[in-house]
Amino acid sequence: MAIIETKNLTYTYPGGTTPSISDISLTIKKGEFITLTGPSGCGKTTLCRCFNGLIPHFYSGKLEGDLVVKDLRVIDHSISNLARHVGLVFQNPENQLFALSVEKDVAFGLENVGMPREEIRKRVDWALQMTGIENLRERAPHELSGGQQQRVAIASVLAMQPDVMVLDEPTSFLDPLGAEKIFDVINELNKKLDITVILVEHRLDLASKYTDHVIVMDKGKVLFDGGPREIFASEEVRMTGVGIPKAVMLYQALKDEGIHLKEVPITSKEATQLIREIIIHDRS
Amino acid sequence: MSVFEGLRFRRVSSPIHKLDPRVKFVYVCTAFVVAVMFNELIPLLILFFIQIPFILTARVQREWIRSMKGASLLALIIFVTNLVSRYLYTGHVWSVPLVEYSLGMTFRFIVLVESFSIFFLTTSPDHLSLALEQSHVPYELCFAFTTAVRFVPVLAEEAQTIMDAQRARGLELDRGNFIKRVKNYIPILIPLIVNSIRRSLQLAEAMESRAWGASKKRTNLYILKLRGGDFGIILFSLLTLSIAIYAKRYILIPSIFAFLPI
Amino acid sequence: MIEVKDVHFTYPTGVKALREICLAVQDGEFVAIMGQNGAGKTTLVKHFNGLLKPTEGEVFIDGVNTRNLSIANLSRKVGFVFQNADYQLFCETVEEEIAFALRNFGFDEKTIKKRVTWALNLLDLMQYRKTSPFMLSGGERKRVALASILAWDPEVIILDEPTIGQDYHQKERLRQFIVQLNTQGKTVIMVTHDIEFVADCSPRVILMSQGKIVAEGVAEEILTNVNLLAQASILPPQITQIFLNLKDLGLPSKVINVHEGKKILLNFLGAPA
Repeated sequence: MAIIETKNLTYTYPGGTTPSISDISLTIKKGEFITLTGPSGCGKTTLCRCFNGLIPHFYSGKLEGDLVVKDLRVIDHSISNLARHVGLVFQNPENQLFALSVEKDVAFGLENVGMPREEIRKRVDWALQMTGIENLRERAPHELSGGQQQRVAIASVLAMQPDVMVLDEPTSFLDPLGAEKIFDVINELNKKLDITVILVEHRLDLASKYTDHVIVMDKGKVLFDGGPREIFASEEVRMTGVGIPKAVMLYQALKDEGIHLKEVPITSKEATQLIREIIIHDRS
Repeated sequence: MSVFEGLRFRRVSSPIHKLDPRVKFVYVCTAFVVAVMFNELIPLLILFFIQIPFILTARVQREWIRSMKGASLLALIIFVTNLVSRYLYTGHVWSVPLVEYSLGMTFRFIVLVESFSIFFLTTSPDHLSLALEQSHVPYELCFAFTTAVRFVPVLAEEAQTIMDAQRARGLELDRGNFIKRVKNYIPILIPLIVNSIRRSLQLAEAMESRAWGASKKRTNLYILKLRGGDFGIILFSLLTLSIAIYAKRYILIPSIFAFLPI
Repeated sequence: MIEVKDVHFTYPTGVKALREICLAVQDGEFVAIMGQNGAGKTTLVKHFNGLLKPTEGEVFIDGVNTRNLSIANLSRKVGFVFQNADYQLFCETVEEEIAFALRNFGFDEKTIKKRVTWALNLLDLMQYRKTSPFMLSGGERKRVALASILAWDPEVIILDEPTIGQDYHQKERLRQFIVQLNTQGKTVIMVTHDIEFVADCSPRVILMSQGKIVAEGVAEEILTNVNLLAQASILPPQITQIFLNLKDLGLPSKVINVHEGKKILLNFLGAPA
């Protein structure tokens, strides 16, 4: 079942001369874990802004084509209405928290939609628990590390119980440990709650083990749309400057020398296994 | 950045911190009214001392002393101007009542600072905003208030980093005459402003994405309810006010020197 | 040469950020300081241009104690490129931005002009000479910031988290640029937690954790030592992970980059079992 469907989506920012994204036609199914990647300035962030109506309602500008999210035509619905279905987590953890305590921040969206207090309390506790930050509930945002702040941001989006969660480079300010925790949280939400995840990410080496569908963008267009193995193996994708995992690079380098691993490895574990097989085969 | 440090409310758990901010505000207003009612030193001293237990219960004595130190220069100025002007006004005679009057005026100021600092030291900005909201102040204003408080430490840190970045490019802030020194701050102010604008855009985007303005009837995770202690403080405020009015009308307040052997 | 002798640093808030740091960086070295956020990496390098002075111990730059020199004076030798370019850009044009530091350091107008042109060319910014830095893209702003430091030709260049928010192409360009600076004799010190980037650069690595240096050595040694990395909560590079897992087959485990990995595997597979 498609939860997001775009047809020939083209958008130009107000005052812009060329479209930032053009002719995007995508189908995203419910429960998918999507990694959206591409070089800086390729239009990833712009596309994310379309999913919850920031484009065109907040940014104005010219939006053409069709975009339907959870059977709602984005152009016909307000951002606050779409916010119940699509949650957006931004790159900079600091600039998406406004309250003076974690709990209050997580409650923000629910307060906005006018949910009864008892229900807010339940949802807040649940969201804090799902993201593993119950112990931080009373803390002020500036007392938290970047990784913790980002988990608060995820919790506050999660509290709205959205169908889709869009995360725009959520780990780029975090260190590897903080990033890994974020990926684990996102993965759990995807697997346990069946939330559709759209993750914008440069660091494919960290993200690719969770993903089942990769979209590569370049110059405002979708260049590739498919499974991680086929995409990482493609020569063209490498040329666009997408950061291919090192395991895939090793696969490529070996292939160029005439050594063929059985399939494209995405993680170091897979690569180890494939190389092991070939060495053992060689020995026998 | 110590100025900003002072603005940071510290979370302490005490009976005073738990009081309803609205009740604390009533109390501050009472202290204000009573202080203005009297010129005499004795009632003002009493008013000063009866507030001390609050400070001790709230365990904010250290912060309180700091804020009193901050007010001490102003207190001294008030004392001296009163003394001098009274002296000139009453015909160039130094007298004991003259000194007592000036001391009274100074203590009036100190009492005001005292009660206000109790209020701000023991009320979290969160609660304050909640109190404003429940007093029917428009939500947008309350939100602006908490967001401003939220970003004070962020801004302070950012200013420090910008200063470091520019000093690493050879900027010397305290070089040159006054005008030059003011100009030295331009390379710090511009990035600070530009970043603040960028930040506000990102904040607006994040707010929109979390259903800002979705419903006219906004609800709140917390609610303020008056409890036992709150009624106690209201009672205490009313009592203080009544005693003060009674004293003002029916009692001739003696000079403090009636009790002091001089 | 930078010498750090038994340095402790405590912030005014009471946070102990550095403990017992002893370190020497020779002229022309390429060093990466690695560790988690909050390990004290940035605090340490802020001592190299005098932005911070040690609470205890001394830092010497070319034999002179940093306590005796101003930040401006030290910055002539030690250029510091901050993580976020937006914390330093403020001029109306890119050209002015690059000239700012040169004016502060008292270069004459003729030299300033020459150096600005040189820096613009170096970072491929000539076309933006008269453009406002605020109109540029994130990657370009980063380059302007870098140019504005390199313009005065400092002997030591410190880069604080240079790869944050950069895509693969930008990182690759940055890597080539850094390596080129280093081959030209500059001392390069970068603070980072980007392990793959460090593996590609292969510098001397200093590993920090909780304000202390837990290990230092060449990249091949440090990045392949799982126990050491674990102390700093860092995972080894992907290629290293693969080779560590293949150790039982008799493969070498001190491998950090793809090229080397390929060579080893080719040899191994070509050789008689």
